[in-house]
Amino acid sequence: MASTNSGFMGWINARFPLTKMWNEHIAEYYAPKNLNFWYFFGSLALFVLVIQIITGIWLTMNYKPDAAKAFASVEYIMRDVNWGWLIRYMHSTGASAFFLVVYLHMFRALLYGSYQKPRELLWIFGMFIYLALMAEAFFGYLLPWGQMSYWGAQVIVSLFGAIPIVGDDLALWIRGDFVISDATLNRFFAFHVIAVPLVLVFLVVAHILALHEVGSNNPDGVEIKKVKNENGIPKDGIPFHPYFTVKDIVGVVVFLMLFSVIVFFIPDGGGFFLEHPNFEPANPLKTPEHIAPVWYFTPYYAMLRAVPDKFGGVIVMGGAVIILFFLPWLDRSPVKSIRYRGLLYKTALALFSVSFVVLGYLGTQPPGGIRTLMAQLGTIIYFGFFLLMPVYTKLDKTKPVPERVTK
Amino acid sequence: MKNKFIFLMFLVLPGLVSAAGGGAHLDKANVDLTNKQSLQRGAKLFVNYCLSCHSAAYQRYNRMGRDIGLTEQQVIDNLMFASDKIGEQMTIAMSPENGASWFGAPPPDLTLVTRSRGSDWLYTYLRTFYLDDSRPFGVNNLVFPSVGMPHVLWGLQGWQKPVYKTVEHDGHEKQVIDHLELVEPGTLSADEYDRAMRDLVTFMTYMGEPVKLQRESLGIKVLLFLTLLLVITYLLKKEYWKDVH
Repeated sequence: MASTNSGFMGWINARFPLTKMWNEHIAEYYAPKNLNFWYFFGSLALFVLVIQIITGIWLTMNYKPDAAKAFASVEYIMRDVNWGWLIRYMHSTGASAFFLVVYLHMFRALLYGSYQKPRELLWIFGMFIYLALMAEAFFGYLLPWGQMSYWGAQVIVSLFGAIPIVGDDLALWIRGDFVISDATLNRFFAFHVIAVPLVLVFLVVAHILALHEVGSNNPDGVEIKKVKNENGIPKDGIPFHPYFTVKDIVGVVVFLMLFSVIVFFIPDGGGFFLEHPNFEPANPLKTPEHIAPVWYFTPYYAMLRAVPDKFGGVIVMGGAVIILFFLPWLDRSPVKSIRYRGLLYKTALALFSVSFVVLGYLGTQPPGGIRTLMAQLGTIIYFGFFLLMPVYTKLDKTKPVPERVTK
Repeated sequence: MKNKFIFLMFLVLPGLVSAAGGGAHLDKANVDLTNKQSLQRGAKLFVNYCLSCHSAAYQRYNRMGRDIGLTEQQVIDNLMFASDKIGEQMTIAMSPENGASWFGAPPPDLTLVTRSRGSDWLYTYLRTFYLDDSRPFGVNNLVFPSVGMPHVLWGLQGWQKPVYKTVEHDGHEKQVIDHLELVEPGTLSADEYDRAMRDLVTFMTYMGEPVKLQRESLGIKVLLFLTLLLVITYLLKKEYWKDVH
């Protein structure tokens, strides 16, 4: 490759490892050739992150983080700023799209055991991304300063108040006031536009570096690095570029089509992406009759309400997220992919998935009666999936895993 | 199979949930945002009957005129009573403090009411005021019980009286309102009043999101472009992947 050692690229490469990095992470990064549908969501998550950062920068140009002006400034963006409506709808739809894509990306890991050795750290970086994403969504949701922004933040911050002894002071410290107010809006704005995005971008880089160090898993859960040819290239691997770049572009176009259907035709997502009460400005004196978070938080919200004791609910809700971190060590199965696992894991995963979706639905509904009972059952199944995992993955009858990837 | 099922569950979730929503019966507003005459009649009703107590503080007069097919002069001559500059927002002179002392709560801004409450809700609300001596203004409302607003449109609709029926609820007999009956006619017939309210709701639906028609027509172009792009990118992918076995 004479061209990278001379001329313009030569000048650059003598001073910065541009060609080296390009090769390491793109042109000579060998990914398994059998990656399927479920492997689109990683690149899509990165794509949505870029959408959110770019639309976010443009929104910031006209948004006013001031309790007296915030709501009106959002309407100003929707009406008076050229293309402001499009930028705002892309950002609000992007938030939901981000969670949808990330949930499917995480589900892929459950299907094919992508968190298992040697990818534990990759999974943990991913979990920190998920945490940062939740923080980002929470802080951002206050900014439009609508009724649901205000009361949603009020409810979530008050949860910290349930912690014994330090709780009330902690909630006060977070809000910077006795209720959600201008001070809260300003600090949430700071976290939403700079602090959390910085952390998020750093974590995404760490996640990708960890991935490229260990290599991608695949639907067979076979380590392609075990079978290499004479040049040291995995026999079942193909270069990320051009094969997966052209493939992921198709995924991006399909994603953009679905995304455009929402942005242009149902931007409020039937009240799920933009909640109806949020078209009313925040009013500290008027509590909405039914406070519900946006859909991506509702499974955890349902678990919070399933526990009769408030502090107990907070513990359960926090535990539901934290327990995901331990997944690599809870799974004792000798195989990674669901293709070679037995009936036990398949049943457990199916129950877990259904309970997560049902909890998500219940979180959008007012509690009470049969719904609370269902939420309690869902919470037990959710935790059972993780806590019983060391047992059922060990007992499970697995099938033999092939040496090479299958079609 | 199971994966597909879960994926589908994610997609249909919003539908499931909205299907489960309840509340009072709402009549369909059936608004048609492409009907310019309806929008103009609605705008006239809005500035005459609503815009003295309620503001529409995020909507500008000139934008409204442009979108509903009126010239600036037509807007100035027919629709601007509260302001003298065409680029101004549709604000009112009444202060929130006065509003609170006169009506119990300041009359809310109406720019976004169709987005927070829905067009069907508004259409039903405007048509279901009924006489109720227990209320300060002598009227109550079927979809907004104990509403603080007087029946501003009584001159058009006339007065309605509730007709009760008896129902069984948890073993007890209870009197509930079955329907409303016109006891004193207004200047419009019932059909004409319904049509006028449909015009008003159409205008207010437009006002909730002025860009709606524009975004939908742009959306079709964007989707056509993406379909073409999908064909090209798919063929490109197929070409590259020919040599992967």
